[in-house]
Amino acid sequence: MTPPKAATAETLDGGAPVGGTEELISGSEAVAHAVRLADVDVLTAYPIRPYDTVMQYVSKLIADGEFDCEFIVAESEHSQFEIVKHASTVGARVFVGSSGVGWLYAFEALAVTAGLRVPMVAMVGNRALDDPGAFGVEHNDALAVRDLGWMLCWVATAQEALDTALIAYRVAEDPRVSLPCALSCDGAFLTHSQSIVNVPDQATVDSFLPPYDRKEKLLHPDNPITIAPQANEDWVMEIRKQSDAGMRRARDVITEAYDDFGAKFGREDEPFIERYMMEDAEIALVGMGTLAMPVKVAVRKMREQGQKVGFVRVRWFRPFPVEELQDALGGVAAVGVIDRDYGLGSAFYGGVLAGDLRTALYPLEDRPKVVSFIAGLGGREINTDNVITIAGMVSDAAEGGTTDDQDTYWIGVRE
Amino acid sequence: MSETTVEGFGEFVETQVLDAWKGPKKVPHEEFFTSGHRTCQGCESAQLMKLMAKAAGPRTIILGATGCMYVANTTYYSTPWAVPWMHTQLGSAGSAATGTAAGLKALMRKGKMKDEPINVISFCGDGGGADMGLSAISAALQHTEYNHLILMYDNESYANTDIQVSGSSPYGAHTTFSAPGKVQRIMNRRWKKNTAAMLAAGHPDCKYVATVCTSNPVDAMNHVRKALSIGGPTFIHSLDPCPKGWDYDPRYSHELGELAIETGIWPLYEVVEGELKMHGKSRRILRGQLKRKPVEEYLMRQGRFAHFVQEDIDYFQGKIDQMWEEWLIPGVIPFSAGEES
Ligand SMILES: Cc1ncc(C[n+]2csc(CCOP(=O)(O)OP(=O)(O)O)c2C)c(N)n1
Ligand code: SF4
Ligand SMILES: [Mg+2]
Repeated sequence: MTPPKAATAETLDGGAPVGGTEELISGSEAVAHAVRLADVDVLTAYPIRPYDTVMQYVSKLIADGEFDCEFIVAESEHSQFEIVKHASTVGARVFVGSSGVGWLYAFEALAVTAGLRVPMVAMVGNRALDDPGAFGVEHNDALAVRDLGWMLCWVATAQEALDTALIAYRVAEDPRVSLPCALSCDGAFLTHSQSIVNVPDQATVDSFLPPYDRKEKLLHPDNPITIAPQANEDWVMEIRKQSDAGMRRARDVITEAYDDFGAKFGREDEPFIERYMMEDAEIALVGMGTLAMPVKVAVRKMREQGQKVGFVRVRWFRPFPVEELQDALGGVAAVGVIDRDYGLGSAFYGGVLAGDLRTALYPLEDRPKVVSFIAGLGGREINTDNVITIAGMVSDAAEGGTTDDQDTYWIGVRE
Repeated sequence: MSETTVEGFGEFVETQVLDAWKGPKKVPHEEFFTSGHRTCQGCESAQLMKLMAKAAGPRTIILGATGCMYVANTTYYSTPWAVPWMHTQLGSAGSAATGTAAGLKALMRKGKMKDEPINVISFCGDGGGADMGLSAISAALQHTEYNHLILMYDNESYANTDIQVSGSSPYGAHTTFSAPGKVQRIMNRRWKKNTAAMLAAGHPDCKYVATVCTSNPVDAMNHVRKALSIGGPTFIHSLDPCPKGWDYDPRYSHELGELAIETGIWPLYEVVEGELKMHGKSRRILRGQLKRKPVEEYLMRQGRFAHFVQEDIDYFQGKIDQMWEEWLIPGVIPFSAGEES
């Protein structure tokens, strides 16, 4: 990993000052830069592909003296996540991550981190769960914690990974939220793929990301509090409801953070979802992560043929962007959800995203049909032909054809 | 106590200097584990908590793993802890110590927190420490740049969940997972795990490992003080009679602790920077100045061994005799030198 060269300040059209350097780096390397720029204090690593590349880059930054941080190689993911949980409570900004079964090995720690409302940022290099032991991407790992109080987001490019990591720290540590955030990066397609990334300069990052301050929740001899005492039916519901309130408040805090990020870094993104060619779309495809690339290519191809297809990429899965999705999809006739995960035994045997999306659209009077597709499991490529097939079926459903919106279709799979 | 190796994050940081208290009269009155807990009467683990907190003093952070010393101590809104305290998961005592110490170290080095030595103590039961959390404790003892003490309070069962057998329960003990039945009298055939010695032998860079018993309160406190002063990660294993799990009248807690030492079941020793020292009555046993009491005297005072017949007592006595007569280091290292060596 090459450290960024001297910052070059320039001014974008919008007038926002942008420093930093252009680098050809992978998604993992981009996150490593975010970790350095966030001045993380304690970081724990444990090897598992594909997320562990981020830790390789970070450890080198430390060894080269470019970054000052406690770097602890834990003896398991459970310890990896418990160590940072405790470091965070004494006021340290922390970074951690995992993939696949590693993430699940830490499951108990993941649950208590959210339950205790300990802010941290974790990178999930999404990976299929064993067995069979596969390295490729699937989203079931990160999704496993979806109801526990982790904020979850998926990114599609290395630039977005770096930017979102910085945003994630600001949101997670905001006292109105105080919840952990997992940044999901598709294994291989993002963790290991290089692209040109603007690595911002320290001053811009410092102007955006305030220091982590636990205030009255700091565990320190000057503030001798008891954290996480034992509670039963007398208090647990109130405690859970406070977590729920934190997650609800996250919506505004995320919006604020994106606004400020746009102003300071000159890169403006819609916070919760990305809309692609949705203005006049009659049918829409929905998905998360790097499948955006083949989907966008296919959408452009279909548009050339005169088909009014659009695409919505869900960036934040928790909190789930109900309002934005209702707004984006309320006017289309049918939606095809491409899940890179599976929900065995769930309603219509559909994917996890499809299930939540159906729920979100249900209150709409004129709701579109929602068809669930499972694709790209275990790292299988989702190609433009797959996407065109899916769009054809969604059109068919819109027109009242044989495509069943109460069934789920596995795409690109041998029968 | 400070010691500097390389620049940067591998550097050692200072500890508090906590000298030994010479006798009970020198011990301050101030308590940091106060009212508000609801452990059983005669609970020696609660006694250990009190001694540990007193020994460490006010500039201390304490982490506690799930178990009786969490559930019975820290009921929401009635904490007994006058120092900062935080729960950690059942198998996380090692990780809690490492994370807390690492966080403090990073913040102080980077100028984000006032630089001062703060004691970090992480406690766990035998279930949490000798079973579930063993790998995390082992890892914590390898990170020599962090100062902390891991204190394992050993009541010889998973007590909080209703007294189940753990890897630290004695042979044959009656627990709710090892109740004697019509066909099988002995359901727990495992010999108690030799945790302190295992950790001392397995982590040569760890500067301090000790065993204690609260039947010697000043001694127990001085071991805590030594562990916190010496620097780096340290480990203390305490044997805590538990009236509920061992089934005896609470008034005999101290007496049973003493009997465990006098019968040789519980050797008191410390390993200081690689050097082993027996202390108290255990040293006198080792030197032949004190004759070990028959283990029957200890076993038959407890309901958990009430189903023992002579054969079981003899087996138990035989194992203890081996500890003192055949082990390479009596009471500590359980191999004999092989013929080739
Ligand atoms: C991961 C996990 N598994 C099981 C439990 C249930 N549990 C709660 S307390 C406890 C007993 C722990 O025994 P020990 O560490 O010896 O402490 P003691 O209760 O004896 O004080 C158990 C098994 C838990 N809290 N967490
Ligand atoms: S069961 Fe044993 S360890 Fe638990 S509170 Fe009672 S005496 Fe103490
Ligand atoms: Mg126990």
